Formats: sequence, C-alpha cells, structure tokens
Amino acid sequence: MFHRKFALTAALAAAGMAAFIAPAPAQAQAAEQFVPLLVYRTGQFAPLGIPWADGKQDYLKLVNARDGGVNGVKLAFEECETAYDAAKGVECYERLKGKGTGASGFDTQSTGITFAVTDKAFADKVPVVTPGYGLSQSVDGTVFQWNFPLLGTYWTAADVMVQDIAKKEKGNLKGKKIALVYHDSPYGKEPIPLLQKRAAADGFELSLFPVTPPGVEQKSTWLQIRQQRPDYVLFWSAGVMTPAGIREAQASGYPREKIYAIWWAGSDHDVKDLGAGAKGYNAITIHNSAAMDKVHEELKKHVYDKGQGTGAAGSVGSLAHTRGMMISMLQVEGIRVAQERFGKGKTLTPEQVRWGMENLDLNADRLKALGFGQIMRPVKTTCANHMGNDWARIVQWNGSKWDMKSDWYQADQKHILPLVQELSAKYAKDKNITPRSCS
Amino acid sequence: MFYRENGQYKTSYGADLALFPVVQDRWAMLALALAAFVAIPLLASNYAFHAVLIPFSILAMAAIGLNVLVGYCGQISLGTGAFMAVGAYAAFNLQARIDGMPLLLALLGGGAAATLCGVLFGIPSLRIRGLYLAVATLAAQFFVDWFTNRVAWVTNDSASGSVSVGTLSMFGYALETPAQKYLLCAALLAVAAVLARNLARGAIGREWMAMRDMDVAASVIGIRPVHAKLTAFAVSSFIVGVAGALWGFVHLGSWEPAAFGIDKSLQLLFMIIIGGLGSIAGSFFGAAFIVLLPLLLNHVPHWFGLPLSTATAAHLEHMIFGALIVFFLVVEPHGLARLWATGRQKLRLWPFPH
Amino acid sequence: MGFFLETVLGGLMVGMLYALVALGFVLIYKASGVFNFAQGAMVLFGALAMARFSEWLPRWFGFDSALVANLAAFVVAVLVMVAVAWLVERLALRRLVNQEGITLLMATLGISYFLDGAGQLLFGSATYKIDIGMPKDPLMVLDGVFPGGLLVNQEDLYAALAAALLVATLTLFFQKTRTGRALRAVADDHQAAQSVGIPLQRIWVIVWAIGGFVALVAGVIWGSKLGVQFSISLVALKAFPVVILGGLTSVPGAIVGGLLIGVGEKLAEIYVGPMVGGGIENWFAYVLALMFLLVRPQGLFGDKIIDRV
Repeated sequence: MFHRKFALTAALAAAGMAAFIAPAPAQAQAAEQFVPLLVYRTGQFAPLGIPWADGKQDYLKLVNARDGGVNGVKLAFEECETAYDAAKGVECYERLKGKGTGASGFDTQSTGITFAVTDKAFADKVPVVTPGYGLSQSVDGTVFQWNFPLLGTYWTAADVMVQDIAKKEKGNLKGKKIALVYHDSPYGKEPIPLLQKRAAADGFELSLFPVTPPGVEQKSTWLQIRQQRPDYVLFWSAGVMTPAGIREAQASGYPREKIYAIWWAGSDHDVKDLGAGAKGYNAITIHNSAAMDKVHEELKKHVYDKGQGTGAAGSVGSLAHTRGMMISMLQVEGIRVAQERFGKGKTLTPEQVRWGMENLDLNADRLKALGFGQIMRPVKTTCANHMGNDWARIVQWNGSKWDMKSDWYQADQKHILPLVQELSAKYAKDKNITPRSCS
Repeated sequence: MFYRENGQYKTSYGADLALFPVVQDRWAMLALALAAFVAIPLLASNYAFHAVLIPFSILAMAAIGLNVLVGYCGQISLGTGAFMAVGAYAAFNLQARIDGMPLLLALLGGGAAATLCGVLFGIPSLRIRGLYLAVATLAAQFFVDWFTNRVAWVTNDSASGSVSVGTLSMFGYALETPAQKYLLCAALLAVAAVLARNLARGAIGREWMAMRDMDVAASVIGIRPVHAKLTAFAVSSFIVGVAGALWGFVHLGSWEPAAFGIDKSLQLLFMIIIGGLGSIAGSFFGAAFIVLLPLLLNHVPHWFGLPLSTATAAHLEHMIFGALIVFFLVVEPHGLARLWATGRQKLRLWPFPH
Repeated sequence: MGFFLETVLGGLMVGMLYALVALGFVLIYKASGVFNFAQGAMVLFGALAMARFSEWLPRWFGFDSALVANLAAFVVAVLVMVAVAWLVERLALRRLVNQEGITLLMATLGISYFLDGAGQLLFGSATYKIDIGMPKDPLMVLDGVFPGGLLVNQEDLYAALAAALLVATLTLFFQKTRTGRALRAVADDHQAAQSVGIPLQRIWVIVWAIGGFVALVAGVIWGSKLGVQFSISLVALKAFPVVILGGLTSVPGAIVGGLLIGVGEKLAEIYVGPMVGGGIENWFAYVLALMFLLVRPQGLFGDKIIDRV
C-alpha cells in the first residue's frame, strides 16, 4: 500500500518537475505573427467573455482564410484562460509575451489585469491594447507609451452618458439625481472621478452604490434606489451582475428606460433571457449595435461555412462578438501599418507593432473596405493620443433587439483632458518615467 | 544502509537538540540550500521564475504561517487571504507614505500590521471552536475585502482602488531581474521556515499542540488558552502578512483587493491539507503541488497534441483538482509529509525490510 | 415607515431563500456529520441541469409545452442529483469514515471544485434561463395605509412559500416515515443505529440525495430569480452565517437564522451602509452570526457542545 502511494506521488512529482523545466513547445513557425488572446471563458464574467473571445479569434481566422494573413504573414494565436484573475493574467502574460517573434499586443479583457500588466509592459516592451476599458489616463501616449485604450475609455463613456441625459433634460441638469450602481472593483470605480467633476460643474447630485462582486444579490441596492428615486441610474456592471441587476430593477419597479449601462453591460446575452422585462434598458456602445456589415458576411463565408467558427453560429452579430472582432481588426491593422514601415511581408517585433498602433489612420473608406463601414467611425491615433477619436452612441433594448437611440456623440474633453493629464503626471512621477516628447 | 544514525554520538545537549540531528539530513539540507540559492538562479528560465519559483516560495511561506495556526494549534481559519491583504496593503502604505523606507522594513511592517489584525480576529477563537470558528474567520475575510475596497487611505487615495509599487531595491541594489526577486523570496522563506520550526519545537509549540489535541485538558493542567491561541494567531498572521506583502510587491507588482479573496484562503488551506497538517516540510510539498498542478494540466494537452479549448481545459483543471484532493485525502489523510516521513523511515532500514 | 416595512419584508423573504440553501447543509450535517462545503456547487449543478434540460428536452423529443418541458426537466434533474449523491457516497464518503472534521470538510471542498468544473463542462458557462412562470413585476399592497403602497417582490413571495412548503414536507417525512426515523437515528448516533440494523451507507446515499433535492429546489428558485450561471454557487457563502447562527444541527434553526440574517443584513445595508460607503452586506451577515456565537457558541438552536476530557 505504501509503495503504491509513494510511486504515485513520485510520478506526479517527476511530471511536475518536467513541466517547469521543459521549455514550452514552440508553436509559431517562421513567417507567422503571434497574437496572444487572453480570455475568460469561465468565472463570473464568462457570459461576457465567451462571445468576446469568440469574436477576437474569429476575425483572426477570417484574415488568415480570406487574405492569407497580413501581406502573406499568417497570424498565429493562442488563447490563455485568466478567469478575470490578476495572478492568472500575469502568468498568461509571462508565458506568451515572448512567443514567436514576440506578442503583438495584449488585450487583457480586464481592468485589473491591465493594471498588473502595464508595469511589466514598460520593462518588456510589449503593447497593451485595451479598447474601451483599462487605465483611463493611458490615453496620454507621452507617458503610457505601450498602452492603447482605443476608441474610448470609461471617462468618455460616462461623459457621453451624461450628455445624453442632459439632452433628455433639455440641457439643464441642476438638481437632478444620478446614481451610479457599480461593480465594486477598479473596473466599476473608474468613472467616479469624472462623474464627480461633472456633478460639480453641472449641478447634479451623484450618489454611489457599490455592489459586492459577483453581484448576485442586489436587493438592498435597488431598494435604496427605490427609496431615493434618482432620476437616472448609470449601471457599471458585467457578467452575471447585469441580468441580476435588471431583474431586481424590474422587481422593485424602477423604470428600465432610466438605466444607462456601460458597453460591457449592454450586449445581447445580458438581456436576451429577460426579453420584455428589460424593455427600455439603455446601453452605450462604441460601435453600432448589432448592425451586420460586410465583415459578418465574409466571416460566414470564409470561416463558419467551412466549419471553422469558434463559437456557435448564432452568436455572430451579437454586440460582444462584434466588439471582439473589432478589437482584433484594430490589432491587425496596427500590424499592417507597422509592416508598411518596417517591411511588408516580414514578421515584426512588439516594438514595431507598437509603432503601428500609434500611427493608425482608419478613415471611412478604409473601414468600408475592411467591412466595418457601418459598424465603426474613423479612428486615428497619434503619439500623444493613444485613444484615437472616441465616438459612442446610445442603444436601447426593445424586448427583442437593440435599437439605435441617438446619434454619435463625442466626449467633452473639457473635463476629461485635465483629469488625464493630472493622473498620468502622477503615474509618471510614481514610476520615475520621463514623458517622451511627441514632435 | 546510507541513512542511519549509527555511530553518530552527541556529546552536548546543544548537539542533541539541533534542528537536523542526523548528519545525512544536514548534508541533504546543505545540498538543497545550494540548489535553491545557487543552482536555480543560474539555471532556471525567466518563465520558470515568474510562473513557478516565485509563487511557490511566497505561497510556501504563507502555507507555513497557516500551518502554525491550523496544523499546530488546531484553529481552522478561512481568513488567510484577508491577513495577506492586510500585510500587502500595510507594506504598500509604509512604502508609499514614508520616503526612503527600506523594502525589508516595509515588508516586516506589513507583517506587524497583519499580526495586530490576526490577534483581533483571533479573539473569537477563545469562545468558538471547530467548524463554527472556520465560518467565523470568513467574517475577517469579507470584512477586509470590503475595507480595502472602500476606505480610501488604504490604497493611498487611488481613484481606481488599484495600487502598485515601483521598482524594488534592497540595500542599494535594485531588484530587477527575476532571479534577484526569487532570491529575496527564498531567503525570507528560509527564515520563516526555521522560525516556525523552532517555535514548534519549543515550549510555545507544545502549548499549541496541547490546545489542538485537548484544549480543555490543557487548560486544566495550566496552559493558558488565551496565551496559546492568541500567540498562534499572532505568529501565523505575521508570517502570512509578510507573505502577502511579498505576493503584492514581488509577484503581482500591481494589485486590487480581489487578488486576496476567498479563493486565496481556500487555496492555502488546500496546500496545508494536501501537504500535511502540523508539518513544515508538508507546507513546502503542498505549495509545490498546488502551484505545479494547474501548469501541468495546462501543458499536458499540448504535449499530447490534444486540441482542447481553453474553457474545457479550465473546467477539466477544476475537476481534476477536486478529484485529486479527494483522492489524496482518501489515500493519505495526513498528507504528503506523512508519505515522505514514512519513506525516510523505510530508508533508514534499507536494504532490510524491518 | 413604509420603506422600513418594505425593507423588513424584503429581508424576510430573501432570508427564506438563504434558509432554503442552508437547509441542505443542516440535513447533511445532521445525518452524516459532514459540513458539506459542496452545497453551493450542488445548487449550481442542479440549477444548470434544470435550465439545460428544459432547453434540450423539447429539442430532442419535439414537444412545445413549457409546462411539460419544465416538469420533465425537473424529473431528470432529480435523477441527476440522486446519481451525484450516490457517486459522492460511494467514492468519497465511504472511504473517509471516521476521519476528522477538517478532513471531511476538505473532501467536500474537493467535491465542490469537481462539481463546479463538471457542471460547467457538461452544461456550459454562459447564463441560462429557468422560466417556471414566476411573476416578475412587483406587487403593491396596503395602498390605503401607506402612500403608494408597500412593494412586495412577488417572485420572492412565491419562493418563500415554496421554501416553507418544502420544510413542512421534510418535517413530515422525518417524523412520520420509516426512512425518516432511520435518518434521525443515524443523526443521533451512528454506531447505535448500525447496531440495530440500519444500513448506514444506504442512509447516507438517501441523505445526500435529499440534500441534493433541496439544493435543486434552491437552484431552481435562485435560477429563476437571477439566471443560472457559475456565480450562483456563491450563494452558499451567504448561507454559511445562517447555518452557524441557527445551529448546525437544527432545521428550525436554519429557518430562524435565515430570517434573522436576511432582515439584519438588509437593514444594515440600507440604514448603516450609506454612512460607511455601502457594500457592507456580505461581512455584516458574518459579523452578526459571530456576535450571536459569542453568546451561544453552538448557535441558537444547535446541540450543546459537550466535551469529555
């Protein structure tokens, strides 16, 4: 009996030692550009993470199948499961940063992991691509050389929401009550500094309601909302917290038309099961809602019809899936732009890809050619502005699909710019970074 | 034949009470120390440092701390993550608010803060025992989770609630390479291990073990329960706090409160159960097991060329993890340390059967 | 005043839902002496089974009626939970007889990880729907007494009634049937029960199956309320303070504990929470239970802990 136990343990130990001594098997061959895919297909955010990850992978497969890669350089990719945990995210980052000719860019899919990885990216010289999330102050490219919060941050989102509310209130927000119901984590807390600034400037009253993760129990939050009757609720949630919140809102009688959700809380999977119960629920999005554009047809033709699709065919076209595709598209275009400069048809180092991300210029024609013409607005990054242009609009759930409710907004930089400069200067001071000049 | 005490006579009490009385043990420990402090820093890859060695050394330290409380003193605690968090945030505050604070002092300061917190949350153990205490320590876990999220001065008024530390430096040397960071963790681990082992062998350790085995009888013969239990909480929280500070400073670099949630507490508890309760060597085994297993489960499908989706791999990892835990508990409830001890016993007699 | 009553009512009803989950803990602890950390995972597993089978069965067998789908899915889910109970007893419990409490606790933790992974592997990690026809809109009562009326969450109300019904059925089962008596005998003293010929292993399977059934009902109710996803297993973390406040060995204790915790945490969050920034619900429940324990270390209705030295 003892020998059996001992033998088993010894075998496990040997396997364990082999695992950490043996180098990871090389998978990216020559002439392949490696794109790491950090995803969460498990855990409390899985409902959001699964379509997002599917979208990211689907677009890369499309580029390989339809175009043969970027100027002949095929895209190699590998998924790594983080379950939204910072330690796992760091492990995935360490494992994948040097693969192939180096990781083209990390879309960490999580504000928490972005924080952990940003510091390391400075030392490892790897781009961190965080469209629509991440460190809001990393817009400042002079300090955050390696971060790219493309298309928008939580500050621009909060600002646009307030703009839309102001429009509904005929421009006068004085004395109105706006509540922020947020996931109690760095992700949920990001918009607070901007909202406080705007509350001071516009005269509305901001009340904060943190929800302990995973946000399954929200009865007290929505009872308090019922008591205080704010005019509008901004909902900063993700994963299972979203449907739980909407259901509690319904059960406590709060009109869903007054709820504005951030883009991660406004996708089909959040409201599909609720159907009419979520009717009127507003969300902000950095791209058109479930508009199907040429890219979706091409995806179907080149990938899904050949049985190569990552997720279920039914999830193509959902907001989160489209967003994933968009994020991959931005990454691929960054690689393409970098190739124009450093050598067409060659594999690139992460530093070179970073240059590409910094010099993105996707105008309307280019977007149309890529098949994203109706989905996105043009975006142009520069050395100092790593976000590009931020366009967002409000969509509303009508019980069975998302309707476009507003025109395109841009965030008012009056409040955002000083905040960005203040916090990025603080970061530079804390980390002893000299901001580079962008001339 | 090779491992026996034959011919090793002790000529002083000091020699008799040495940590490793058998000469072969001492040689083995020396070899281990050489491997850990000389060979590994020279040979291991960067990935091995970041993914295996640094987490292993920090978690082994935390497991030693928890073992003091659960294994030696018998107080089941599910709030270890909270004490790690207290250590990490206290160390961060010391470093961020006091200019020129030496790294070591910040880490030890974190440990001290965790000690205070541990003693405070250990007070209920004077009245509550067993499973009830386990659930009561969850109060500590959730309270600290909330506290670090809500109270601004804990995170030095960071708007997002996330904190990060700059480059670490000790005695003027910057700790930049993974090998240097690993050496710091390994050194502190060695100190903690020797500290815990010696405490456990001493009078206080005997008080703890008496409390674990029969606390009413122990108090009858004059062992003060307050003293024994609260010192166990204090020592355990100190070690766990320093480990937490290391986890935040060295391994993560930048963290949010969720990094020290209930998952961490359960992970540490798994380590000491699988490794062996009441055994320092067991803490090492358990930490190695828990750190290596997920990596193994992630890499093995690649070796066999099986295309598993990451979700499937993650779920399988959970299932295999759970199944292995039950398996180990069925096969050897006293953990890997008992297996190791039995192995050494057999080695003493080898090649004879008895 | 009206809002205060709304809060209390809401707290009472949510407390019943916690008690429903806590019931599983108490049943299993009473009869097999194991603190089942895997109860949350069992709630998740049951809810996933119900949600997915109610989706799959109509597709496989081609019928339309939602009622039939729900009933059939429920029956299948019950069978699944019984199978889980049998496997747990066979593979884990039988070999861990007479081990210390902490070993059994860790074993159930291992089982909980296993069920989490297996459930998501078999049924998926996205959010799934359970629709048993519960009304979602609020009910306003006592219009005359309070302006606008008191808000009552209809779904919670029905759920609380279902929980009460379940407790009543279980009490009848334990008092009136032979198996129930055998279960009470085993809960009292394993060895004595064995010596009068009660088959211990079969009783454990039955106990875990009943615990699984209770978990399934809790899973269906919570799943209907929130949608079924992995995070539902974390509801068990809310049930722990209920169990220790009420006493690990008492069914009425689970109910009373649930009500106390439910009301206590809601009142604290709404009246004390804003003063400290909010979000105190989670730890307040535990601290409340802790306060009670300091006065009564065995919980409100638990068996007195007797030490033989």
